[in-house]
Amino acid sequence: MTQDRTEMSEDDDDNSQSPPLDLRSAAIADHCSSSSSSTPNKSRNCMALNSQTFPDHVLENVLENVLQFLDSRCDRNAASLVCKSWWRVEALTRSEVFIGNCYALSPTRLTQRFKRVKSLLLKGKPRFADFNLMPPDWGANFAPWVSTMAKAYPWLEKVDLKRMFVTDDDLALLADSFPGFKELILVCCEGFGTSGIAIVANKCRKLKVLDLIESEVTDDGVDWISCFPEGVTSLESLAFDCVEAPINFEALEGLVGRSPFLKKLRLNRLVSLEELHRLLLGAPQLTSLGTGSFSHDNAPQSEQEPDYAAAFRACKSVVCLSGFRDLMPEYLPSILPVCSNLTSLNFSYANISPDMFKPIIHNCHRLQVFWALDSICDEGLQAVAATCKELRELRIFPFDPREESEGPVSELGLQAISEGCRNLESILYFCQRMTNAAVIAMSENCPELTVFRLCIMGRHRPDHVTGKPMDEGFGAIVKNCKKLTRLAISGLLTDQAFRYMGEHGKLIRTLSVAFAGDSDMALRHVLEGCPRLQKLEIRDSPFGDVALRCGMHRYYNMRFVWMSACPLSKGCCKDVARAMPNLVVEVIGSDDDDDNRDYVETLYMYRSLDGPRNDVPKFVTIL
Amino acid sequence: MMAPLMNLKETELCLGLPGGAEAMESSAKSCIGNKRGFSETVDLKLNLHSNKQGPVDLNVAGAPKEKTLIKDPAKPPAKAQVVGWPPVRNYRKNVMANQKNSETEEAMSGGGGGAFVKVSMDGAPYLRKVDLKMYKSYKDLSDALAKMFSSFTMGSYGAQGMIDFMNESKVMDLLNSSEYVQSYEDKDGDWMLVGDVPWPMFVESCKRLRLMKGSEAIGLAPRAMEKRKNRS
Repeated sequence: MTQDRTEMSEDDDDNSQSPPLDLRSAAIADHCSSSSSSTPNKSRNCMALNSQTFPDHVLENVLENVLQFLDSRCDRNAASLVCKSWWRVEALTRSEVFIGNCYALSPTRLTQRFKRVKSLLLKGKPRFADFNLMPPDWGANFAPWVSTMAKAYPWLEKVDLKRMFVTDDDLALLADSFPGFKELILVCCEGFGTSGIAIVANKCRKLKVLDLIESEVTDDGVDWISCFPEGVTSLESLAFDCVEAPINFEALEGLVGRSPFLKKLRLNRLVSLEELHRLLLGAPQLTSLGTGSFSHDNAPQSEQEPDYAAAFRACKSVVCLSGFRDLMPEYLPSILPVCSNLTSLNFSYANISPDMFKPIIHNCHRLQVFWALDSICDEGLQAVAATCKELRELRIFPFDPREESEGPVSELGLQAISEGCRNLESILYFCQRMTNAAVIAMSENCPELTVFRLCIMGRHRPDHVTGKPMDEGFGAIVKNCKKLTRLAISGLLTDQAFRYMGEHGKLIRTLSVAFAGDSDMALRHVLEGCPRLQKLEIRDSPFGDVALRCGMHRYYNMRFVWMSACPLSKGCCKDVARAMPNLVVEVIGSDDDDDNRDYVETLYMYRSLDGPRNDVPKFVTIL
Repeated sequence: MMAPLMNLKETELCLGLPGGAEAMESSAKSCIGNKRGFSETVDLKLNLHSNKQGPVDLNVAGAPKEKTLIKDPAKPPAKAQVVGWPPVRNYRKNVMANQKNSETEEAMSGGGGGAFVKVSMDGAPYLRKVDLKMYKSYKDLSDALAKMFSSFTMGSYGAQGMIDFMNESKVMDLLNSSEYVQSYEDKDGDWMLVGDVPWPMFVESCKRLRLMKGSEAIGLAPRAMEKRKNRS
């Protein structure tokens, strides 16, 4: 089952690997006298065919037809390295471009290389910006991208942005410039409002997907739902759960009624349960549903309460369920009719107790993706372990996200999951208490793990049974989970944990470190030992200049490095910047008029093909 | 008991370059007196002690703070919130906060949109934005602002809510006792002290918030009282 990026977005990272030259293209390159050939003659020799008799353009046509079948950008990157001819043809045939850091290159470079782009995936701010570690108005503006693409790609169909700053003007330009526009996906974005959305709804007549996910959308008082044109729409997916503005329900009902292709609908919490009921009766073809408010007014409109269970029963195709804002527990059983079909369930905004939860989960045998609050307790997790044998992804969020909160889940829940859900691939787990034993157990029981993110909320907290650091637990994870690509660590950790990571974490691409380690050696282990490391985010850890210098041979091969509240000196950062001209070294938040101040509050550095950006705010200094 | 404490000291968060404790303290000392940076203004950890010697005290006082934690679990520790920790997104936090509000109070009527206003604090290097509609009272707003700009103290201001502006001496007491007070720019463009009108009226008329030093706000008070007199 293909992972759908728009289903659940919270930090859902792209799953593809970094693009080293794979064996196949290396073998092809071996045929050539040199792999970076620049003359037509040499490129002809690269072909294993009887190349002397065929002129260039015929070969390129053949190549074009072949390369069109390559979808994965990893393969395409490899193919483009074969020789100039392949580079050229690949650039002509790539229709979807992924840019992991919007500041790694300029929009002009994109349009100069790739001529026929139909779909753009663009990421902006670094992830730690989500946690208030970066001042607002740092950048990641969509404006230069949309204005450049407006001229270069009039056939553009899809834009998928994450952590970008998008204005209403940008959306207006988008709606005006791309007549065939089909998919707009905005994840964790901000800067726009309902007026921008209204323009898109109104002008993009071929719109199939409008997904607003965890974005900050200002309420401009515009009835954007009514802005969709009359007549049958092409809508397949409409998600607006993050739009905190009331919805014209009649218009929504009408829209759903004339959208026969609509499969995914995610409502905001201002759509009542009663209204949901009406929608469901009119849209039984839905496969993915995000409910609005799951509660009832104290004074219901009608005498008799609608039969919510019947409405759900009619939705035989629903396999993905989310929402449940403002949940009133007595209404939860109405989803029972669809439970046995569910492959994805998101309860993470609902404060559900174990007793409410167990009767529901008991029916969810097919569940593969499950998000919830820790209010379900270890008991609830045990129920999940007992029933959900197909579980691939689990995320448990804290109901009370403070360091000193109670913490209703612990190592018991983790242990149970590891024993019951052997196919687990991805886990995010917030807790207050944990033991090495439980983490080791998971490493042994769940060999398919690619993502392991454990957040012990109390800083520097050791194994609460043995009092020892959590080194052995995380060590076991990197040792035993051979497919691990993403790791987030927490709890009391010494340099030893990092030694394990450097020794065994050979496939790790993303590493998140907070309040961990004893010395520079820790970071050194990772920088020297993890060859696939792409994204490194560190906060409040004792890694300084010595550690930073250890990675200089790596930084060009990484997407970014973030280090905040670490003992780095400006002098050292300047040295790195000087030694690596294609690395943009940003120091965020420190006073640059105070030269005595050598301390670096936040370091954010990334490779760039086009030098430092030109939209630097006052609080950022580029060294 | 000492061994774990020593360990904690090793991993203790502090400013300055790595090295021995002495080295840490001396380089931390050199930071004092310089203009505070981003994390210092916002990170309440450094303000556990009311004087501004934050970094140095942290090294020493950090360990005993942990000790208190273990000794007396019944009493919730004064451990302050660290910025961005635990790493739960603002979006999620806001959703949960909203729901907690509506669980305890009547369901919010869906009327009107958000009332986003910029909030600036004197000395902080950046602005935040808040949605006034998310709060039910001055106390709610105060609490939220306290979390956002954790280094300011509100004294008894937040708890009171509305100020009796007719009583000049009370207002002066307030301004002299608090480190920061909330002021806002109203629809007319005037800067007023927060708390002079009933909460719903405040939400309607507030365009911008500024957390200013109590001493500076003294200039506002007479004007605020004037305007109040004119209104009523």
